[in-house]
Amino acid sequence: MAATSGVHDLSSEMEVDAFRRLFPLRFHERHLLESIRPDGGLLEKLETQPLCLTMLAAIKMEVMTPTVEAPEEGCIGLNKCLSGMIDLKELCLVGGKAAWMVYLDIYCLDADGALFDAALLSAVAAFSHCKFATVQIPVVSLNDDGRIVLVSEDNGGAKKEKEPVNKDKRKLKLNSVPFSLTCILHKDYILADPTSEEESIMETYLTVVLDSSFQLVSFNKPGGPGLANTSAIQKPTDLVTAELDSGDCVTLTRQRVKELQKILNETISDMEVD
Amino acid sequence: MDLEREGGRGANQLRPIDCSRNVLSRAHGSASCSHGETRVLAAVYGPKAGTKKNENPEKACIEVIWKPKSGQIGKPEKEFEMILKRTLQNICLLNVHPNTTTSIIVQVVHDDGSLLPCAIHAACAALIDAGIPLKYLAVSISCCLTESGKILLDPNKLEEQKTKAFVCLAFPSSVHSVLTEGSINGIITSLTHGVMAGLCLFFNTVDDYFQCVEQGRAAITPLSNILKKKLQSQSAE
Repeated sequence: MAATSGVHDLSSEMEVDAFRRLFPLRFHERHLLESIRPDGGLLEKLETQPLCLTMLAAIKMEVMTPTVEAPEEGCIGLNKCLSGMIDLKELCLVGGKAAWMVYLDIYCLDADGALFDAALLSAVAAFSHCKFATVQIPVVSLNDDGRIVLVSEDNGGAKKEKEPVNKDKRKLKLNSVPFSLTCILHKDYILADPTSEEESIMETYLTVVLDSSFQLVSFNKPGGPGLANTSAIQKPTDLVTAELDSGDCVTLTRQRVKELQKILNETISDMEVD
Repeated sequence: MDLEREGGRGANQLRPIDCSRNVLSRAHGSASCSHGETRVLAAVYGPKAGTKKNENPEKACIEVIWKPKSGQIGKPEKEFEMILKRTLQNICLLNVHPNTTTSIIVQVVHDDGSLLPCAIHAACAALIDAGIPLKYLAVSISCCLTESGKILLDPNKLEEQKTKAFVCLAFPSSVHSVLTEGSINGIITSLTHGVMAGLCLFFNTVDDYFQCVEQGRAAITPLSNILKKKLQSQSAE
């Protein structure tokens, strides 16, 4: 106890930055008591664009032979949350012989906490962009050997007549789109959308993924020093009052889903205009 | 519909559990745990001096190595390692031996569903065998949600593959505590799974998930009593 009182005395003399370095946990806890975060945001305020976190997602498609179990389906490299989003049968070219395999590459340009949220968002955005772009699934046709070749504009009809397998450039249809939110649990506080500094100090986090119809895609809490009480996850809602408590993870995720959907739609429609 | 389970089990009925300690003579601690046909072997070596590079030296470090039954070590094994490590970080008293590393090696002997809960139990028992100080035991259970909305506890491999959604939960087992702080009733670990590619596997509502949690929690108490009895009877020797 002498140590803590010593710290508090020191803090009044020390500069803020020095205190932040030397006693990071106490620094954040002092802020938590006042219900604010060090950058001035509210505890449960969700940053609509992650401040310093940038990710780049790219989608490549390649032809492959489908697996024996699912001859009518294509394949997506990264499965977990995205499998509900896209109907894999759309990716089929020739049943039993060829289908599209989608590779999703995500590059992190600048990391400041909550990597999974940003990665999922950028993957979703990349797939949505595929939806509106005109150059989508390029036209291919089946060679006589049974191999797939890309029909380019040049070799028009000079060689043997090949039947293009898919005539027009299709767009991917998205079903329910998943959005996620990572929260940190520290004692009785819930911090939404943590920065990497907060993540490294307070180690208990959980991720909730909801899709656009608010179904639960995934609830992931991989251990960690703290326990998650059911009340932290979702407070029982009072049927009389329409307004839900803001203080629980699922509600926060719901708000986040609405915000992200709006932003995503705006961005996509902006891109479509170009 | 899905009311018929193999072996005539009820929806809330768990498979027979067996847990034995000190199965390996050279490890500091070891245990073998089986849930029905699923069997996992765990060995503990430690605490050893020094921590790894990026770990906090003020606390003990836990290292988990997951060995699958066959095949090379790939991404699913790394994921299991991460989950198990964080779960064990929750239950161990990390401040007792700072700047040390405890290694836990988990070997999957047979996987017939509910692999992660079995591994968690084996790791806890091995830690007890090694004498590592723990806050409480972790008791873990997996449940799956069928198409008809029924919740089945402790599914085997076939049931896991057939079902709509699948949750693995770990809870702290009941604690007789000197402090009357209030019962410890949180969740240590929770993982939801979509099993196969191409199928939409998720919960219809968040409430389904919470129902799974409640049913799992209800099944925890008898489960933790069984585990404690098995572990106690051996230490009496």
